[in-house]
Amino acid sequence: MAGAVSVEMPRGGFSFELCKRNAALAAAGMKPPTPVKTGTTIAGLIFKDGVVLGADTRATEGSVVADKNCAKIHYMAKNIYCCGAGTAADTEYTTLQISSELELHRLETGRKPRVGTALRMLKQHLFHYQGHIGAYLVLGGVDITGPNLYTVHAHGSTDKLPYVSMGSGSLAAMATFEDRFRPNMDVSVKTFKFGISRKSEKEAVQLVRDAIVAGIFNDLGSGSNVDICIITADKTEYIRPFDVANEKGERTGDYRYARGTTAVLETSVRKFEVTSETVTSAEPMES
Amino acid sequence: MAALGAVLQGLDGMPLALAKPARPLPECGVQIGTGAVMTGTSIMAVEFNGGVIIGADSRTSSGTYVANRVSDKLTEISPHVFCCRSGSSADTQAIADLVKYQLNLHSLELGEEAKVGIVAQMFRKWCYDYRDQLTAGIICAGWDRHEGGQVFSIPLGGMCIRQPFAIGGSGSTYIYGYCDSQFKKNMTKDECITFVKNCLALAIARDGSSGGVIRMAIITEDGVERSVFTGADIPRFYSD
Repeated sequence: MAGAVSVEMPRGGFSFELCKRNAALAAAGMKPPTPVKTGTTIAGLIFKDGVVLGADTRATEGSVVADKNCAKIHYMAKNIYCCGAGTAADTEYTTLQISSELELHRLETGRKPRVGTALRMLKQHLFHYQGHIGAYLVLGGVDITGPNLYTVHAHGSTDKLPYVSMGSGSLAAMATFEDRFRPNMDVSVKTFKFGISRKSEKEAVQLVRDAIVAGIFNDLGSGSNVDICIITADKTEYIRPFDVANEKGERTGDYRYARGTTAVLETSVRKFEVTSETVTSAEPMES
Repeated sequence: MAALGAVLQGLDGMPLALAKPARPLPECGVQIGTGAVMTGTSIMAVEFNGGVIIGADSRTSSGTYVANRVSDKLTEISPHVFCCRSGSSADTQAIADLVKYQLNLHSLELGEEAKVGIVAQMFRKWCYDYRDQLTAGIICAGWDRHEGGQVFSIPLGGMCIRQPFAIGGSGSTYIYGYCDSQFKKNMTKDECITFVKNCLALAIARDGSSGGVIRMAIITEDGVERSVFTGADIPRFYSD
């Protein structure tokens, strides 16, 4: 009988069953899991012969610090790096995906990748996903056209500026830039106020560090260390950590009680007797 | 959106113990994405006797934060055609990129630069076809050898209409009266520059989501002449 084996034909198109289920679960009072968002300070600027990128290293899950030393400056190509804010997983995988595409593009064309190429790939990818990929990026690098610096928002809009900042600490970082940025910055000798001190560094690097530090100290979502990436025409320097803004101080006093502070009032010693002992050897598993 | 909502509600799903009556679209976890960046803007384009002048403020905002205070909303599409972008930054950038690409290919086949009206219709097609998913108010303006300087307005719903001058963005609402009272046909270049500058200065002064500098582009047969007006160069009208 043909009627007994009635197979239902699969219906085409996207199944919204899970949407329905999620709505029902939400109505029943279940809270959906929240993605790890990096309350972040990332920043970058263009100086005389290249680009400096900076980032803090705190990753948060709500009010909990999920990672005290995460890397937010991602590799795109030898001459291009990208700082990520927003959803940690999204920034990680978007940059990974595009850097891979960029490498294939480099192999195919036999040319050094351009920042503009990376920018196009990123913005078209993000626009395609209509903001559902929560990646807010600062893209910087040096190519045949010179130093380039851009911001990319999750919805796919981009801006080209000489100095940029993003993330929850972007206001603090931008305030620092607006105060002290000037075009074509160069080398100058300065020492650090906090943490590791490097004797001679570029003024531009100092400014980016200060911008990130401003984020670390004034924004709750940002914290821990400063990572810096300096890209020039002939080399890329990734310094991680560049500076430890919150270095743990050394304990100066001895807070342990001296032996014998507590009086011994009574002592008793009990001995145990071993009645049986078993040793089992484990056979290696056959493969 | 209504169609998609209907698909959602009319679906026979697997029986679920917790299942409740289907909910409207946004609560089903499907979000309608709209560009978060840049909604407030002041843009305009004006025909004069040698071509067109387009102008814009330079503020890109993200909520209450100014994401870019020197942005360029005057985007080149071809050597003699520009567009002024208002609405979502992501959407308008994407449309401009698409039209630029499409037009480049079209002009190659055509063997000459396309007419401004053609470019406007290209914008219209994207804006109208995707009107439910886009937040884009575009003014397309330029010069061609057939009809000289032209201005086309493509507001939110995807209509396309030619006008002697067009204003757009949130700031434009404050200056409709001023524009209507001051506009004259066949102005000289200098008259037109002053007109655009005054209009935008007034719009920027009253609109909180517009600001920064005034950017302008003068498009004539000879090409494009770009200028920026900052600080003291921006005219001031009545203020306490």
